[in-house]
Amino acid sequence: MRKLTKSEFQKFVTALIGSDQQVVGVQAKGDRFAFGPLERSEDLRLDYDVTLLPPKKYVLPQVETLMTYEVGGGYQSHMDSEKLILLGVHPYDLVAINQMDKLFGQDQYDAHYMARRKNITLIACDVVTPSKNVFASSMGTAVVTEGYDILITDIANGYVLDAATDKGRALMKLAPGGTEASPDDLAKRKAVQDKNKTQLNQHPLKCKPSYLPKLLERAYDHPIWEEKARTCYSCGSCNTTCPTCYCFDVQDDVNWDLATGKRWRAWDGCLLENFATVAGDHNFRKKRESRFRHRLYRKAKYVPEKIGGEIACVGCGRCITACIPDIANPVAIYNALLEDIGME
Amino acid sequence: MCECCSSQKDIYLPELATIRKKQKFTRLEMYYHVELDSGKELGHKAGQFVEVSIAGIGEAPISISSSPTQSGFELVVRNAGSVTNAIHKLDSGAKIGIRGPFGKGYPVDEMKGKNLVFICGGLGLAPQRSFINYVLDNRKDYGDVEILLGTKCFEDRFYVDELAKLAQRKDVSFTETLDIGCDQWKGNVGVVTTIIPKVKTDLSKAHVLVCGPPVMYKFVLMSLAEAKTPKQNIFVNLERRMKCGVGKCGHCQMNDQYVCQTGPVYRFSELGHVPEAI
Repeated sequence: MRKLTKSEFQKFVTALIGSDQQVVGVQAKGDRFAFGPLERSEDLRLDYDVTLLPPKKYVLPQVETLMTYEVGGGYQSHMDSEKLILLGVHPYDLVAINQMDKLFGQDQYDAHYMARRKNITLIACDVVTPSKNVFASSMGTAVVTEGYDILITDIANGYVLDAATDKGRALMKLAPGGTEASPDDLAKRKAVQDKNKTQLNQHPLKCKPSYLPKLLERAYDHPIWEEKARTCYSCGSCNTTCPTCYCFDVQDDVNWDLATGKRWRAWDGCLLENFATVAGDHNFRKKRESRFRHRLYRKAKYVPEKIGGEIACVGCGRCITACIPDIANPVAIYNALLEDIGME
Repeated sequence: MCECCSSQKDIYLPELATIRKKQKFTRLEMYYHVELDSGKELGHKAGQFVEVSIAGIGEAPISISSSPTQSGFELVVRNAGSVTNAIHKLDSGAKIGIRGPFGKGYPVDEMKGKNLVFICGGLGLAPQRSFINYVLDNRKDYGDVEILLGTKCFEDRFYVDELAKLAQRKDVSFTETLDIGCDQWKGNVGVVTTIIPKVKTDLSKAHVLVCGPPVMYKFVLMSLAEAKTPKQNIFVNLERRMKCGVGKCGHCQMNDQYVCQTGPVYRFSELGHVPEAI
């Protein structure tokens, strides 16, 4: 592991920006933060609390062309080939990306997602400022030991960088100077991570995340879904701000020449009213409470069944912040269920 | 994400196919016989579906209504949305995109030697026909075959020539009913559940295959419960919004089941933990 002083680190970021890869980093957006193309190293804000949208938007863009076609003719795949460095991904968001890698890679291989993902280098960073709704400590996602190409930890007098893959090590060659991290540096790094393991917890979950699938098995007909969903706007904000939501819609566009066009996919949300509507306007999830429940069941039961039991809620807290009627907090729901039906 | 994976095929890319025959079935349904331009057979199993693609409009999941034992494949398309409306405007010779076949289909081998009862409601005849015709083409492999069909009204009946032939066959029992009778119709009148008591096969031992509009299932399943058909012998064919067909987009999900992958044909006994199914 290497240690860079703050000024060495800034030079490193400048070198990354000057490389042949696009750099996307966390920057201030008003009084909050967002991932976006980084043009100057001084704009990078690794002290951010949480970004408005998760970095998911770079691995699974809001809108993505899947193919182009000639009307009445053939279809040609469209793949993104741009190389990208995603700089400043918090551990909980990294876990979410790693989960999505499994979901798109398993079974039916999604070449669009995987091609883009292959071109992305993930530079993660440990959390410096806890956000107001984070509960990553409860979900076991406050720190990571794998899944990144480089992990950065701010140890006040500099940064410790852990390059874990060939892609990460290749980028580290752009880092000017620096020293091998000393035992003291590593101790400081461990202190930051140990603190995060317990302190990123504004909404403590009263059970281990691994118990959630079992809890939900007994909660399907619980009145809480109806009670909470009573004020749901069906706006889908909990879906769009979620780093693990990956459902999508597919649409076609014809170009002005009326002879060619493209097919694209875009984020969709299971809270939106027509998500499960079929031809003839039959809606298989017509009730708000059943859509509301479906989201929570996907997070803590259905998706985990596909990825070896990992809970598909990483505790970023974005849904809590985004939800106007303040009903989306998963921990509040799980804790209320624990209180009411207990553990078996 | 190794090199070998990056060359994997694009699961969203349709292949070109040509409409070889088109026939108007009803005011809403059109029949198509389709062949893949590659010259290959679709290679489907009875009960599977394809995603039909119209460039510029989109894709729609359509059940395959023909048996794998015939060449090319058939689709019965109801005009119910933008894609199916565009399909209806296409004539013989037109190109469409096809992805699939998708889904699990009927367990055709497991049912060999069993008595089969098909209960079809309306357009539900189309997916069931893929298995009905498979059974007829392999008739000696199966026991008694009874087919019940309920259609809303006389004008909505389709595959009428075939239905007439079915009614003539000695090795198949075919009973039809219309929800609403009319002067042209001399047969049974009433919803499909009213002809279930006419089934000659012992329903407590038969394998029963059900496909129809969402509202039909509950009533048919109640009748079958009365007739003591074991849940593991009942197969339902469920409709959902199968947008991607490959278990990613989430639209067809009912509880933990992705209908495009584990359905659309389900054994009723396996849906105990799937309250969203019916």
